[in-house]
Amino acid sequence: MSEPEMKATRQAYGEALTELARERDDIIAVTADLAESLRMLDIRDEYPDRYIDVGVAESNMVGVSAGLSMMGYVPVAATFAVFMTRAYDHIRMQICQNNLHAVLVGSHGGVSNALDGGSANALEDIAYMRALPNMTIVYPSDANEAGQAMRAAVDAEGPVYLRLYREPTPVFTDPDKPFEIGKAHVVRAGTDVSLVATGPQVAFSLEAAEALEADGVSAEVVAVPTIQPLDVETITKSAAKTKRVVTAEDHSVNGGLGSAVAEALAEKQPTSMRRVAVRQFGESGPYYDLIKKLKIDSTAIVAAAKELL
Amino acid sequence: MNNQELAEKAKELRRLAIDACFAAQSGHPGSALSTMDVLVSLYYGGHLKHDPKNPTDEKRDYFVLSNGHACPGWYSVLADRGYFPVAELQNLRQLDAGVQGHPHRGSLPGVEVSSGSLGQGLSVGIGLAFGLKLKKMPNTVFVMMSDGEQEEGSTWEAVMYAPKRKLDNLIAIIDKNQMQIDGWTKEVMPGLDPIADKYRAFNWDVQEIDGHNLGEIDSAIEQAKKADKPSVIISQTVRGQGVSFMENSEHWHAGAIKDDEYEQAKKDLA
Repeated sequence: MSEPEMKATRQAYGEALTELARERDDIIAVTADLAESLRMLDIRDEYPDRYIDVGVAESNMVGVSAGLSMMGYVPVAATFAVFMTRAYDHIRMQICQNNLHAVLVGSHGGVSNALDGGSANALEDIAYMRALPNMTIVYPSDANEAGQAMRAAVDAEGPVYLRLYREPTPVFTDPDKPFEIGKAHVVRAGTDVSLVATGPQVAFSLEAAEALEADGVSAEVVAVPTIQPLDVETITKSAAKTKRVVTAEDHSVNGGLGSAVAEALAEKQPTSMRRVAVRQFGESGPYYDLIKKLKIDSTAIVAAAKELL
Repeated sequence: MNNQELAEKAKELRRLAIDACFAAQSGHPGSALSTMDVLVSLYYGGHLKHDPKNPTDEKRDYFVLSNGHACPGWYSVLADRGYFPVAELQNLRQLDAGVQGHPHRGSLPGVEVSSGSLGQGLSVGIGLAFGLKLKKMPNTVFVMMSDGEQEEGSTWEAVMYAPKRKLDNLIAIIDKNQMQIDGWTKEVMPGLDPIADKYRAFNWDVQEIDGHNLGEIDSAIEQAKKADKPSVIISQTVRGQGVSFMENSEHWHAGAIKDDEYEQAKKDLA
């Protein structure tokens, strides 16, 4: 089997953004001094009138986006996930309370900005966004899905938070399979344990499922590219079948996918669970070393599944 | 309306704002009163293009009350202009009322931007002004802010950005009533002044006026519309203007108006 293509979701986002700007004239790109990192140089050069760089000023980025949305544009406001949350007050009142359609893009999610260390690791953004009424949260599994998710986010209604990754990750989803916000998918069927994952942890869960199979354990993998609204039906169905759930994400253990799934299952389908997630601040290090140390890699997912068996 | 008629209208609407705050036994009368003359100039003096019968008219100018706590004054203006019934003001801060404690987009005709958390309105106004420019529309965006609000860092993110895009369709008005919750602004934050020099340094068109002088307000807005860059009008006002015991009082940022105080306020505004 050939090695899969490696591509960062932020790259796919930047490409989709430029394509969308070519297709429709209501897209306005907004950033806070991170055009290169967010792969927004093409749209900057091609559509300077519809490109806004507010400088290092995330609150203003979100406020300006709210005004643009009120004028009928679709603002796509992008910065690092770790900086997006400093504009939380503006997101809360101007985007979510006003219930405006805007796409807020948080890149370099989780510890994917690994070498930059703890200050640059975004481990709380999903928790912040989940607390907001009206907010949709999308976290694609790979670059294919990121391009599709970007289109879906622009076509959606209301506020959308799109979480992206800095690190290139394996491309494994089918580009021809339609992407629908709010849907989770069983990407590998199994009977003994459900690995419910979001973002790059979907690929790690598929790796973990292979390893578990070698040990005679049949793992089902459920990809959750929309964290809010959560596809409770697909997740409870899998939990009812396997009776064991491991969640996996590159985010704090508090308030992310694991919390969302635990809350849903506690109400609908109480199930034994383990949550693979980060339980401390991040730190500097090569990406694969860091996720191993923080126990959010495929080895950690296998270990969590075995605890339940 | 001439200036005398505008002054009478301002007095009448101050009464409405006090009535609303008295009914609510809550709210922020201090700023509702200090902002009133500028609001009357905008909504009755012909400066703000608007149509109460068609609040989303494409030709309308935009008004953002960034210091949302001043809303009992603004609501009184909107009601009197016919955006909604004046009787609705008596429901201020009540459950299911359109007249929310702070402005909430969509809760009332004419209220387009939520506010209450300070330091956000100017950014939204920039987005509106930018969108109007893109659409090649001539409408003007007015953003009212408080002086205490100038202490928010996010205000200065917006102040710094607006001249970059030469948003000459953006007019900010600072209601400099010199007081904030914890007391006199010059004591809470001595570094705030001189505000005018700060805006000049950020390349804004700057005017300083007496915010209770309708003639000065009128000419300042006319002048601001002619500027070839974003404009700010620093409107020197008195917190609680028109009500004797509220004027310059450290106690009247917010609070419940007692019966005898209400009688006094009505006398003062008669």
